[in-house]
Amino acid sequence: MKKFFAQAYLWLLLLLLYSPILIIAIFSFTEAKVLGNWTGFSLDLYRNLFEGGVSNAMLRSVENTLTIGILAAILSTILGSIAAIGIHNLKGRTRQAVTFVNDIPMLNPDIITGISLFLLFVGLGVTQGYTTVLLAHVTFCTPYVVLSVMPKLQQMNPNIYEAALDLGATPSQALWKVIVPQIKPGMISGFILAFTLSIDDFAVTLFTKGNQGLETLSTFIYADARKGGLTPELRPLMTVVFLVVLILLAVINIRTMKSNKNKK
Amino acid sequence: MKTFKRSYWSLPYVIFMAVFVVLPLVMVLLYAFRDGAGHFTFDNFVKFFQTKEDLNTFLYSIEIALITTVLCLLLGYPAAWILSNPKLNRSAVTVMLFILPMWINMLIRTLATVALFDFSRIPLGEGALLFGMVYNFLPFMIYPIYNTLNKMDRSYAEAAQDLGASPVKVFLKVTVPLSMPGVWSGILMVFMPTISTFAVAELLTMNKVKLFGTTIQENINNGMWNYGAALALIMLVIIGLTTLLSDSGKEVEDETGGLI
Amino acid sequence: MAKSEVIINIEHLSKSFGDKKVLEDINLYINRGEFITFLGPSGCGKTTLLRMIAGFLNPDSGRITMDGKDLLGVPPHKRPLNTVFQRYALFPHLDVYDNIAFGLKLAKVPENEIETRVRKILKLVAMSDYEDRDVTTLSGGQQQRIAIARALVNRPKVLLLDEPLSALDLKMRKDMQIELKEMHQKLGITFIYVTHDQEEALTLSDTIVVMNEGKIQQIGTPADIYNEPVNSFVADFIGESNILNATMIRDKEVNFIGHDFKCVDSGFGENNPVDVVVRPEDIYFTESENKCQFTATVKSCTFKGVHYEMFVETDKGYELMIQDYDAYDVGEKVMLYIKPQDIQVMKKERTANVLQGEVIDSETIEILGGKFPIPNELEAGTEVTVEVPFDKVDLVDDAESAVLEGEVYFILYKGDRYHLTIKTDEGFLWVDTNDIWDKGDLVGINFMEGGARIVE
Repeated sequence: MKKFFAQAYLWLLLLLLYSPILIIAIFSFTEAKVLGNWTGFSLDLYRNLFEGGVSNAMLRSVENTLTIGILAAILSTILGSIAAIGIHNLKGRTRQAVTFVNDIPMLNPDIITGISLFLLFVGLGVTQGYTTVLLAHVTFCTPYVVLSVMPKLQQMNPNIYEAALDLGATPSQALWKVIVPQIKPGMISGFILAFTLSIDDFAVTLFTKGNQGLETLSTFIYADARKGGLTPELRPLMTVVFLVVLILLAVINIRTMKSNKNKK
Repeated sequence: MKTFKRSYWSLPYVIFMAVFVVLPLVMVLLYAFRDGAGHFTFDNFVKFFQTKEDLNTFLYSIEIALITTVLCLLLGYPAAWILSNPKLNRSAVTVMLFILPMWINMLIRTLATVALFDFSRIPLGEGALLFGMVYNFLPFMIYPIYNTLNKMDRSYAEAAQDLGASPVKVFLKVTVPLSMPGVWSGILMVFMPTISTFAVAELLTMNKVKLFGTTIQENINNGMWNYGAALALIMLVIIGLTTLLSDSGKEVEDETGGLI
Repeated sequence: MAKSEVIINIEHLSKSFGDKKVLEDINLYINRGEFITFLGPSGCGKTTLLRMIAGFLNPDSGRITMDGKDLLGVPPHKRPLNTVFQRYALFPHLDVYDNIAFGLKLAKVPENEIETRVRKILKLVAMSDYEDRDVTTLSGGQQQRIAIARALVNRPKVLLLDEPLSALDLKMRKDMQIELKEMHQKLGITFIYVTHDQEEALTLSDTIVVMNEGKIQQIGTPADIYNEPVNSFVADFIGESNILNATMIRDKEVNFIGHDFKCVDSGFGENNPVDVVVRPEDIYFTESENKCQFTATVKSCTFKGVHYEMFVETDKGYELMIQDYDAYDVGEKVMLYIKPQDIQVMKKERTANVLQGEVIDSETIEILGGKFPIPNELEAGTEVTVEVPFDKVDLVDDAESAVLEGEVYFILYKGDRYHLTIKTDEGFLWVDTNDIWDKGDLVGINFMEGGARIVE
């Protein structure tokens, strides 16, 4: 009985959490311009979306979101993994200071990160656009990569690097043949996390995109919504984005669960 | 000396952070304490306290953030407790379902809420705002509390039972005090983004209600960088204080937690 | 040109980590093909020394040469020696075969030769069927064999082993000891072995280097080290022993436990304080009044498998440990004697604490960072040397209220008292006491009134 009420409470909360997304998903399968109006099942909105029947601006924003996401993920994975190896070998105060600064972008609200970077670019006289958005994304993604890679380094037997040197590997060979394979799972998780964070971002992008007409999906949706009402094609797009994020997160979770099991 | 100093590997990232994390925050400081001509001044802060509308928005934002945090705690704690209790919930999928929305774009979730209200013919306004906030941030409350409860050693509760405590007493005297670090994290994770959100309120209230985040954004957008930076700094101070408060809260609880 | 007998030569090697000296002026040569062991308690510097030979650490000063060529400055991957690590350090992402082939592949050895060499070495370590196994699925002993194979397959001139058996259980350890010894004999290369297990060192080694507090205490064959320890540390660390305060009356005559004994040592001067070590199996029971040198009462008697271990209290109140094949009843009065050649006389490392200090005021001198109340007539700031006899140092439970805090680092029972080594943050102190302390105890340190004497 107790269990029944407990489960009922959980599912009620879940219904509350998911009902808005469900509504969007359901109404992506009908053609009606106004949401809430069911005019029969139709895949037209999806067809419009994928065949490019919608405005070019929207598709371009999707393209920007994806390329920025991939580039930011690649750059922050490289930067963050190298940094993690360095931080792992730091000691005492220096290490504390570096980890503290590494925490700042994660603790800072998006709006502060966005405004501070905006003021930096303005102060340095940099024209804002694709590059500044990319740099901003690398800034808030890299700390998460560092956090994904660090545990792998800590689990590693400290003698392994020395063993490789002892067997005749140069320091760089030891890195590629021994350390990188060890931290690879952390790097992959970090990459997926960075990509997810990047395509999800709204606030930081809004402040660093400049006024040259660059839009990512979130800023496009925002502009669209402010104009009043949503372009109907955004409904299937949002559904797809939701599914993509869902899959990426499922992958990350399954990976960590697997590695936890392996440890046991 | 190590034959090969690997700590130097952190150098590129340290330089990167200096430019893109530390320097931008310095820029906020610089702009906040300057006027348009670049002279040092406190005017931006004076202006804030003299502009009734902005001050009111600031206080209203804190109010909304507090209400949201309390609502999230009231709804989230039982959920976290049920999720962590193996007698009531054994499914890892349910846990994952609660965590997933944390990763969905806030804007998409907000627009979905707007769609939900449109669909159910509920007028947008303050009620919608609070619903939207709770809806957006509830997972951030559940997750840390669930984590603490889940890691908690069950033998504490069993020991209390063994010493004669009723299930209610066990919950109030053992479970709740031991889960306080998670509660503090949850409060922090809900309060901080709530107080700093923008766009969410405009969309949920048809621009009827404005929150402090929107005020900052509008000023920056309209070229009032110095005033905007000052407002951002005020928000940063509030957030810093909240972090410190919850940290000390966590520490106190950690100590008492160790005693039990 | 005939190769010289010496393969590795170490001269004046020193190393500090911060203020802490971990190695102090180490001089040592290692012969080609020998099995040499660095033996000592944890923190004695043995692993540091090994890591310097391997190239993972550089010394502050001194030289290491191999076959006459300077090793310092040569990075570890270019040194012709290989290491077996304490926790194996196998590469978890590679299988057994690839772990062993790792070094050969780097050296660009042709693929077919790699294969034959890996197979051969797997046979040597009796792991032939395990080629394709994931190393994380192997037991500790199996991982250790693979780690040894991975090092040996590169045909190093010297194999370094850093406590390779410490993670194994006792039975496995004994088996592996025998196998290591056999491998060494078969391969004929030099083994440098690090351990804190004296029994392991005695079983395996041709030469043992006993180390403590960053210094070499003694170098010798296992028999040398066991039979003729040079000081009380070595005597206590290797095997069971009775270590006693003694006075060298003249050459070949020594007084301890209140009796005079004939011995074979000379050159310690006359009426000089020395230490004497007598192994428990070297004290004999006798029925004859003529042979008897002293009498004692049996206090306890325990069967140890082969022999009985007994503690006796002598007529003058000293406690001795004796091992004998016959058991004696507790409470029985026995007659005992010791043969002259079984008495090992050792120079005392020190007869009192000699400490450096600085005068604070007329009542206080700062020593080892503690402000001790020692009346003096010197000017503040004067550097002084203070002598404190072992029995004038007072140890108390309550470390907070004492002048100085320290940790019991080493305990030696000297028949009628305990001789403790106390480690403080800034140095060591030695104390004679009748109180029982345990190793690792935190103690407060005071000097007894009038105990400290200013020497200069």
